Amino acid sequence: MFGEGILKGLAETARNFFGSFVSAERLITVEYPEQRIAPFEAARVFPFLVFDAKNPGDSKNPGNGEDWLAGLRCVACQICEKECPPQCIFIEKSKDKKPDFVGKPQNYPVRFEIDISVCMSCQICVEVCPFEAIKMDTALELSTEDRFGGLLLDLEQLAKPNEYYHRIHPAGAAEVDARLAEEKVKAEEKAKAAAEAAAAAAEAAKTKAAADAASQNQPDEEGSR
Amino acid sequence: MIVTTSFARPFIETSDQVFVLLKEWLVGFLPAPWQPAAGVVLSVAAIVGLFPVLFAFTTVLERKGLGRIQNRIGPNRVGPLGLLQPLADGIKSLTKEDIVPARADRAVHFLAPLVLVVTVFMGFAVVPMGRNMVLVDMDAGLLFYFAMGTSTELAIFMAGWSSRNKYSLLGAMRAVAQMISYEVALLLSSVVVVMMAGSLSLTRIVAAQNQYTWGLPHWYIFTPWGLAGFLMYAIATTAETNRSPFDLPEGESELVAGYHTEYSGFKFALFFLGEYLAMFSISGLGATLFLGGWSAPFSFLTWIPSWIWFFSKLMLSIFVFIWLRGTLPRLRQDQLMNFAWKFVLPMTLLNLLVAALWRFLGEGWERWVFCTAILVAAYVVMGRAGMRREHFGPRSYRYAE
Repeated sequence: MFGEGILKGLAETARNFFGSFVSAERLITVEYPEQRIAPFEAARVFPFLVFDAKNPGDSKNPGNGEDWLAGLRCVACQICEKECPPQCIFIEKSKDKKPDFVGKPQNYPVRFEIDISVCMSCQICVEVCPFEAIKMDTALELSTEDRFGGLLLDLEQLAKPNEYYHRIHPAGAAEVDARLAEEKVKAEEKAKAAAEAAAAAAEAAKTKAAADAASQNQPDEEGSR
Repeated sequence: MIVTTSFARPFIETSDQVFVLLKEWLVGFLPAPWQPAAGVVLSVAAIVGLFPVLFAFTTVLERKGLGRIQNRIGPNRVGPLGLLQPLADGIKSLTKEDIVPARADRAVHFLAPLVLVVTVFMGFAVVPMGRNMVLVDMDAGLLFYFAMGTSTELAIFMAGWSSRNKYSLLGAMRAVAQMISYEVALLLSSVVVVMMAGSLSLTRIVAAQNQYTWGLPHWYIFTPWGLAGFLMYAIATTAETNRSPFDLPEGESELVAGYHTEYSGFKFALFFLGEYLAMFSISGLGATLFLGGWSAPFSFLTWIPSWIWFFSKLMLSIFVFIWLRGTLPRLRQDQLMNFAWKFVLPMTLLNLLVAALWRFLGEGWERWVFCTAILVAAYVVMGRAGMRREHFGPRSYRYAE
């Protein structure tokens, strides 16, 4: 009432002032370029494309040649391009096909570009992708001197190995890997079943053909009608 | 004065008068008729050179202090401990584009920052910064100071008016309303000192306080009326220099930047400079009026040069300004006006009576008791009256029911 509130406030600020010199835990600021906090697992900045490297730990090193391009999960289905709200994705589909991880022939992107000056980090491309090919990155130091070309990421800049995905989002990547492995097993079983069915069908056809051949000289009722 | 050996005395006197002697030595190279003018030019150059440097130092000190108050480190990138930050800021403000609004009154817009800085610098002319260290020892020094201090309001209104911007104008209106209100309190709170010292000359006011009893100085702050006057003076100066919690004229959350919204580059830097210089000069005046100017706080410390005492008192006031800024939130316009006219002004008026009472009660313990009792009683009564809540009933409508 008589200014003791002001005195209390002054005492509090004085305590902060001197306390910040004595106790280090008061200074909670992270001095950014020197100190860094590891990004949270749920953090998201801009999308990147996952590829499965043949050799673990492989990045786009020259020794592996075009390996990264071969392991790219993206099949250029262009769903993300259509769904992208700010229309920042551009994809050019290949004319030929190559086998994907289950061995099914698929297209692949010849050009895949994301304009990160337009991208709004909504993660819709990640949600709609049926191939687990596009994921959100946590790299945030993307400043460049070229405001147009430097912010237009091409396929080579976007493609990152699965190990990198594991590093930035361990839980999500493990889940994705489990699902893909399951799908692969299912696909293999299906293929096996299909092969068996085909073999059985071939067998049946063969026996049928033999039977047909045996009854060749008898007139066919159906045919005579 | 303590007993000093014959060896120490010349050294003490030289260190006390070092700037005066330096000036005399430099002026001595010129022919006699030119010497007075050259002396004035030298002193002016010293003031104009010193205080902007002090300003640069204070900006980084303020930012670091506020940072510490908020448990941050504050500027720490430019130079060691961020001490070269003002240099970077200076280069930045010098290289920025100087924008003048298309429909602004160009002449007045250009003049406003100049008028502000010049009038603020004029105030330094009469403040004694050490023994024999005053530019002009005017008989009516205090009057001159307040005349100059009031002129800064003109500069602020020029800036707000000429910008042709609603935020500038609102900021300037607030500034003028606030500064005129608190100017009254500022003047009345310093009148008690004039009543006691019997002079408007600032050197004589310091001389009146530069006496010691039992090793303690006769500073006016150590009397009931002096303490009350000093507190009123401190409140009024905070409002007068537009510092937080009275920073309504530039309240950035409401008015962008107030009267200097439309200023950029070096003109903005001049406003910034003017604001801090006003803070220095008004703190220096406060120290002169109530804290004994350049005199030492204990008689056994008189060997420390007088100018060191003056500038330590100045920097102490600046530190309190920063501390208050880090603590108090901004007032509302009506609270500001109520505080000025309903609390500070009556208290200063009462303080005049108390000072007169002090003068005529004569030496003795009675005057301490009476004067203190009157001031405390008035403070309690006015504090209670000021804090009384007005209870509003439910709102009633005459037409729209």
